[in-house]
Amino acid sequence: MVEWTDAEKSTISAVWGKVDINEVGPLALGRVLIVYPWTQRYFGSFGDVSTPAAIMGNPKVAAHGKIVCGALDKAVKNMGNILATYKSLSETHANKLFVDPDNFRVLADVLTIVIAAKFGASFTPEIQATWQKFMKVVVAAMGSRYYIGILEYQQAPEICLANAAFSH
Amino acid sequence: MSSALRLWEGQSKRSKMSLTVKDKSVVKAFWGKISGKADVVGAEAFGRMLTAYPQTKTYFSHWADLSPGSGPVKNHGGIIMGAIGKAVGLMDDLVGGMSALSDRHAFNLRVDPGNFKILSHNILVTLAIHFPSEFTPEVHIAVDKFLAALSAALADKYR
Repeated sequence: MVEWTDAEKSTISAVWGKVDINEVGPLALGRVLIVYPWTQRYFGSFGDVSTPAAIMGNPKVAAHGKIVCGALDKAVKNMGNILATYKSLSETHANKLFVDPDNFRVLADVLTIVIAAKFGASFTPEIQATWQKFMKVVVAAMGSRYYIGILEYQQAPEICLANAAFSH
Repeated sequence: MSSALRLWEGQSKRSKMSLTVKDKSVVKAFWGKISGKADVVGAEAFGRMLTAYPQTKTYFSHWADLSPGSGPVKNHGGIIMGAIGKAVGLMDDLVGGMSALSDRHAFNLRVDPGNFKILSHNILVTLAIHFPSEFTPEVHIAVDKFLAALSAALADKYR
């Protein structure tokens, strides 16, 4: 399974500790909807998302951004067991919400960019590397229940994580 | 969900994610703002890529020092960003403009084109760090599209 050194755990907690979910969540989700407009397909009931200004001012987008970012908190607090922590969230996204799991990677990359903009130069290459490892594991865990029809993933979910670790 | 085609300002109906007139002008304007720091951005983005995506180091196994601040890393990052800066002026024909570099990457360097996306991500991270207020969502989408089109042009000769 995923191994975290003490340094990695404390880096991830330190980064997360400085993130204001209520600010960063809406910024990240809004930016995803602007930069990758096809993601708007999941938010038909959110009202006006017709322009960047409409998206960044949309209260439903902001509220949802806080929810999504808030869920990351569980991963930070359960770093040794992210796969199990996200099992039911993954199932919900796969079987009820029908979200393409590539979107998890897209959101993770945009979140990293938003955090980088907030932190500036203190988001060093080494801290970025650790944070991106954490994002990769979260993204793989969120995608893990999409593959339950495939025997190898049923028997060894770590394979799913390992394979995900080799894609961007 | 509405099936109406929503068009943003400057968009027109077209068959693929090509650069619009607006994309090109946003990229040119932004590049004008960052040009003084382009070397620094290139050096840092390249160093971030090597650090956060260690599999990319395989192409530089002949360098002694692959740490983010090292001489070769800074120098090479600057070279890459210089080429990208030139491409800003070639946006009307990226495939033609990148032809020689595409030959080089395809036949000499043989860099897996998946890595262009990885470097692009690190360029975006570095731009966000150095230009947090200028790197708005509108600039982000235009630069992301430009880097994707540039990557495709660079991979054009691969097969």
